[in-house]
Amino acid sequence: MADVSTNYLPAFELGDSSNGIARAFPCARAVLLCFVKEDCPTCGLTMGLIEAAHISFGALVEVWAIGQDAEGNAKLVERHRLTAPMLDDSALKVSFAYGLDTVPTIILADSRGAEIRRFAGFGRDDWREMFAELARLSGADSPSIDWKSYPESRPGCGSKSVEPGIAERLDAEARGDKLTARRIELGDAEDVFEFMFERGLTDGLPVVPPTPERVMWMLTGTRRDPRDVVATVPPNLAPVTVEKVAVNAVMAGCRPEYLPVVIAALEAVCTDEFNIHGVMATTWGATPVIVVSGPIRHRLGMNMGMMALGYGTRSNATIGRALKLVIRNVGGARPGEIERSTLGAIGKFTTCFAEWEERSPWEPLHVERGFKKEESVVTAFGLEAGSRQIADQTSRTARALVGSLGLGLEACWHPKQHGSGEILLIISPEHADTIARDKWNKAQVRARIQEVTSRPIRELLQDDDCGEGITLKALGMTNPTEEQLAQKIPKFRRPENINIIVAGGDAGKFSAVFAGWVSGPMGSSSVSRRIEEAI
Amino acid sequence: MKQVIIDPTDERVPLRRMLAARSGTIAGRVALLDIAKPRGDVLIDRLAEHLQDRLPGVEINRYRKPTFTKPAPDELRRRIAEESDFVIEALAD
Repeated sequence: MADVSTNYLPAFELGDSSNGIARAFPCARAVLLCFVKEDCPTCGLTMGLIEAAHISFGALVEVWAIGQDAEGNAKLVERHRLTAPMLDDSALKVSFAYGLDTVPTIILADSRGAEIRRFAGFGRDDWREMFAELARLSGADSPSIDWKSYPESRPGCGSKSVEPGIAERLDAEARGDKLTARRIELGDAEDVFEFMFERGLTDGLPVVPPTPERVMWMLTGTRRDPRDVVATVPPNLAPVTVEKVAVNAVMAGCRPEYLPVVIAALEAVCTDEFNIHGVMATTWGATPVIVVSGPIRHRLGMNMGMMALGYGTRSNATIGRALKLVIRNVGGARPGEIERSTLGAIGKFTTCFAEWEERSPWEPLHVERGFKKEESVVTAFGLEAGSRQIADQTSRTARALVGSLGLGLEACWHPKQHGSGEILLIISPEHADTIARDKWNKAQVRARIQEVTSRPIRELLQDDDCGEGITLKALGMTNPTEEQLAQKIPKFRRPENINIIVAGGDAGKFSAVFAGWVSGPMGSSSVSRRIEEAI
Repeated sequence: MKQVIIDPTDERVPLRRMLAARSGTIAGRVALLDIAKPRGDVLIDRLAEHLQDRLPGVEINRYRKPTFTKPAPDELRRRIAEESDFVIEALAD
């Protein structure tokens, strides 16, 4: 019966030790492929059997040793007085194509390349069965081997094709046609790290050089085609492909599984609502603040506990950095050019963390925003590029604590600026516990903040003691009455402008806030996007 | 060994534009664009007064962006280009 599902082994062409060329598949006869490398003792143990197979069956079955480095191959031939052809796979392309992990690997295939039998390492019984199979296939007699002189089994060694660095190169070569971006070839004497600095491609810290191997590795993190356009990136309105995102993710230090988060974050910020152009260009020190929600937080080992807003966690640090590098390198937002913050802030390097959903008394941020709990979501906020902490070590009720945090929020932008837009309040676990004890929901928290921050118009006007503040003109007033001046304005335009999540270490009665920038349709509104993982 | 890296940029070469020829006179239509920053209108008002004093023959048209945080909408840019010979943009604070 014809087996229509047979997978044939990959075709190849390799030079042999007598300057001939060996070609497979199809071949005139069945083939015994024996992958070996010189510095592997188990391969050494195997060489005599390869030679014996060649002598006994070579007239009817091709028996090929396939060696993984040119010098070592010659040594093996000499040391074992090999008369079987030794094919040179020092380029490792065939070893890679055959998916080898271990040498020796012995594969018997029919003339079309259908695999009959394969084993790796040394197994005395494997070889005995192989000889029996070769005898059956060829009709020749099995040689007499002193099997007792061989050990029962020996593990093999790692194939050179899976050595670190080599595997990635081979993978890149095998799939090299996927990359379409321009390749930059550096001179022999050039230092790649210095080159990246000199070309203005970094954020001021060294970046990982985006070699084709690393970019191919990064692309394994997404199912999307490298040529797909993810977004149009301001300020240059440049289309950015998945491949370009991957290049910058490599530079930032990401692992492939982070790539879908970077892509989703980029989609979120390159919307009219988020307005990344303004967030980058403003003289205020704003940046995209990225919050990751849902199960992916755990898969990426994201920090949502102690030091969540700080440093020391690869995924937190590099996802935010990759996003900024794309905006810089593809979008063209560079400090001193279109990025024009008066002072800037350290959070402009990277600001990305996760919510500690399991430690929160409330539903997670993404569920609040309409997503399912089991979905993984990224939310981008256009906020001040650094958080500020609010201490309260003594409040013991929700009312007292939230009132206290509210007063701490007065400093956002300026104490006399009221009617402001979005902020992100990060409540620490200890503070969350205090609020949860009184069973307050987020709406109560927001209402209390609005209550304690409300100030009479009179106190918020620009005056000789403090030139900053609101103007009567902005309020549409010309000659206000005392009653009008006594009207109170809360800190935030709407309670929903107060975004709340839980994160931080278990110990410490400190919460934190990211103050905003120009918020709403005239500036930036937060945007959430679902993360499409490759798994 | 040659090192190869993949270009992380958009690979576009910026277009170099020549400055328009200077005629030595200002005549025709001048656009004054307020980008909507606080007090930008104050600067634009003064500019308009001075221009009108010195160049009475010049036609001055005022434009305003909806918000300073975003690039000018395409329609506004098209109108300014069609209706003006000169543009002055105020970046006040």
